[in-house]
Amino acid sequence: MLALSPRPIESVNPWDKVPMNLYAFFFYLLSIIVLAATSMAVTRRHVLHAVVYLVISFIATGLIFYLLGAPFLALLEIIIYAGAIMVLFLFIVMMLRLKPEDRGWETAIIQWTPAIFLGLITFILAAVMVLSEPVRGVPLQALSASPLELGRFLFQKYWLAVEIASFLLLIALVGSLYLGRYERQPKKSPTQEDP
Amino acid sequence: MIVPFSHVLFLAILLFILGAACAVARRNLIMILIGVEIMLNAAGLAFIGASLKWQQLDGQAFVIFILTVAASEVAVGLALVLYSYRHTGSVDANRYNLLKG
Repeated sequence: MLALSPRPIESVNPWDKVPMNLYAFFFYLLSIIVLAATSMAVTRRHVLHAVVYLVISFIATGLIFYLLGAPFLALLEIIIYAGAIMVLFLFIVMMLRLKPEDRGWETAIIQWTPAIFLGLITFILAAVMVLSEPVRGVPLQALSASPLELGRFLFQKYWLAVEIASFLLLIALVGSLYLGRYERQPKKSPTQEDP
Repeated sequence: MIVPFSHVLFLAILLFILGAACAVARRNLIMILIGVEIMLNAAGLAFIGASLKWQQLDGQAFVIFILTVAASEVAVGLALVLYSYRHTGSVDANRYNLLKG
């Protein structure tokens, strides 16, 4: 059984009229956007700016998901990542009223040097790996998995994992409620009952 | 025809490096959480590329679980950030040096 069905050739879908190289062009353009927005987000001093750049990055990642044949996950990426999670970050940043980090250049250099060093090593390894791949240059087929197929597959094969994931969300809800509850003033006397 | 799978994997690796560098180099607790988010996102991208390469839906199913883990992680993580901010008045990881001799 082929899980992913090919995109229909004869249809009114405007995507089928475009030449195939346009997919590659879109992919590279979107990856440039993702990398640029993410590196801007990583290096911003103010957390608010970083979060807004990350929204751009996540929306572009969602478009890449759509290009790679996962339209439902593209929706989820935009709704959950760019919508819910980033808005949660924005709430916290605005609630705490943080000031941007203000440190000298020396501290920044000390902190960034190991990260850049390790990142460069990994980058070189990844480049060598990509360039020395034996079946290099075989492009991926333009397929697409409909949300119906994905949902059916998910609940047929991974129903237990879905249940566990829902428990995980419940536990996260309880945990964040417990951690974020309103702190009362310290008790005056040890005999006082805490309601 | 889109692009070779190795290019997708390369993009995922670059994103992961950016996230890891953010989590390692920044000392703001919220930026560390953001770095973890970027890393999880890169893992999801690699999963979706692999799902397209082998034409199996398992990769896309796993991305849903990654989304679940990311959502619960960010909820608990931000609650922890709030908790430590209330107790210490700072979200700077370098300030948490109470046990330092």
